[in-house]
Amino acid sequence: MPISRPTDVTATLDALAASPDADLLAGGTDLVVEVNLDRRRPEHVIALRRVTELAGHDTTDGRLRLGANVTYSEVEHDLAQLVPGLAMAARTVGSPQIRNAGTLGGNLGTASPAGDTLPWLLAMDAEVELASPEGDRSVPLANFLTGPKSTARRPAELITGVRLPRVEGPQHVSKIGPRNAMVISVACFAIVLDTTNRRVRTGMGAVGPTVLRSPDAERAVTQALDWDALTCPEDAIDAFGRACAEATAPITDHRSSAEYRRHAVGVLARRALRRCLST
Amino acid sequence: MTGATESYELDVDGRALPVAAAWLGESLLYVLRERLGLPGAKNACEQGECGSCSIFLDDVLVNACCVLAADATDARIRTVEGFGDADHLSDVQAAFLGTGAVQCGFCTPGLILAVHDLLDQVPDPTGLEVREAISGNLCRCTGYGRILQAVEEVKATRSGASGPRGESP
Ligand SMILES: Cc1cc2nc3c(=O)[nH]c(=O)nc-3n(C[C@H](O)[C@H](O)[C@H](O)COP(=O)(O)OP(=O)(O)OC[C@H]3O[C@@H](n4cnc5c(N)ncnc54)[C@H](O)[C@@H]3O)c2cc1C
Ligand code: FES
Ligand code: FES
Repeated sequence: MPISRPTDVTATLDALAASPDADLLAGGTDLVVEVNLDRRRPEHVIALRRVTELAGHDTTDGRLRLGANVTYSEVEHDLAQLVPGLAMAARTVGSPQIRNAGTLGGNLGTASPAGDTLPWLLAMDAEVELASPEGDRSVPLANFLTGPKSTARRPAELITGVRLPRVEGPQHVSKIGPRNAMVISVACFAIVLDTTNRRVRTGMGAVGPTVLRSPDAERAVTQALDWDALTCPEDAIDAFGRACAEATAPITDHRSSAEYRRHAVGVLARRALRRCLST
Repeated sequence: MTGATESYELDVDGRALPVAAAWLGESLLYVLRERLGLPGAKNACEQGECGSCSIFLDDVLVNACCVLAADATDARIRTVEGFGDADHLSDVQAAFLGTGAVQCGFCTPGLILAVHDLLDQVPDPTGLEVREAISGNLCRCTGYGRILQAVEEVKATRSGASGPRGESP
């Protein structure tokens, strides 16, 4: 059967075991475009939109789980309180039509270095949930993303969702591109001032083979912050921007030069940090 | 066409339409236009960028070029054809015509649906909300001024006031 339309994870894994080279289809905004452009010719598709366990979100023991089929529109409209940084990232994706269709699971599956959910998910130390006939496992996002458009997902595995800690404190995500809508990031930056653990968390997109963070920059600014007042000396803010930029490994392509990407992410880092501080 | 094929039925504008032995990789846009003879959704980019193929899938506005037709089998599909015809225009269609928001018309079906989607959810959108709602629909002709004017007109008519130009078409 060329297309399978399972309604639960078990049936999905059965279909995947029967044809491990099948294309998993969520919102189609990456996959169907690839097919239209003749870059992929599917022989077998496993359509995921009816799989109930991949929908929605839940919170248990202070941890949050977002299902793979959660769309950008759902994040933007329904989850803005729960995951404000991710909602900011979701608002920057494509257009309303793309946000209505595109999913978190698809962004993880494509694993583009410019995937806009990835910097914030990295900042949050998110773990990717994978299911297969051998059992379930979860992989830290940093290990899941192994290179541009490549992941640690095994052929028989389905991404079922992401898990992350619930963190208090201000957060911000912003990206740079040629216009405000419908652009792939030239640089993307996510920051979370984790006031519970008194630790600055960051993630940077489109400035390396996968999303990156700068442990040095995070450590230095964590120390420089006045966590009670949520203020930071100017020179530490500047140093933070520089350290973030230095930690990148950008490339030059048709969207941007490496130099611009590095510069831009430093500017975004300073700006995002300032947005989170009290003035 | 070689490759895996599939036969299925689609629910388009309330009609059950059979699709026989279609290639698995066909987008909903392709099937609507080339197999079902419904040219309302336009094909301008096939990569999700222009919005001219916008349709409703279970009441959600999406680009038909990004939907795999064989995965739309149990969904309610609504195209611009289901919103009105020459004798019965929807208020948004009438306002587009009345304000001159249609030039070559290629972007128009997608924009009509995007505006219906917006105004059905947010009856009184701000200017910024209107711009955001149509940010995925590219128009090469009008410069958007008349389109924004058409939206204002529908807004005003629906809220019972008279349109900004004092008349509705
Ligand atoms: C016009 C346009 C604008 C865009 N703008 C942006 C943007 O601003 N930012 C951005 O980040 N992206 C953007 N994208 C890319 C795309 O929308 C996102 O990557 C989106 O998250 C993909 O999700 P999807 O559900 O549509 O995935 P699909 O296309 O259905 O799938 C994408 C890939 O993931 C795999 N996959 C999907 N679900 C699973 C699963 N549960 N388990 C395992 N593998 C899975 C698929 O097999 C496929 O390889 C844009 C795309 C278009 C066409
Ligand atoms: S043809 Fe579908 S978005 Fe352009
Ligand atoms: S009227 Fe020609 S593209 Fe909009």
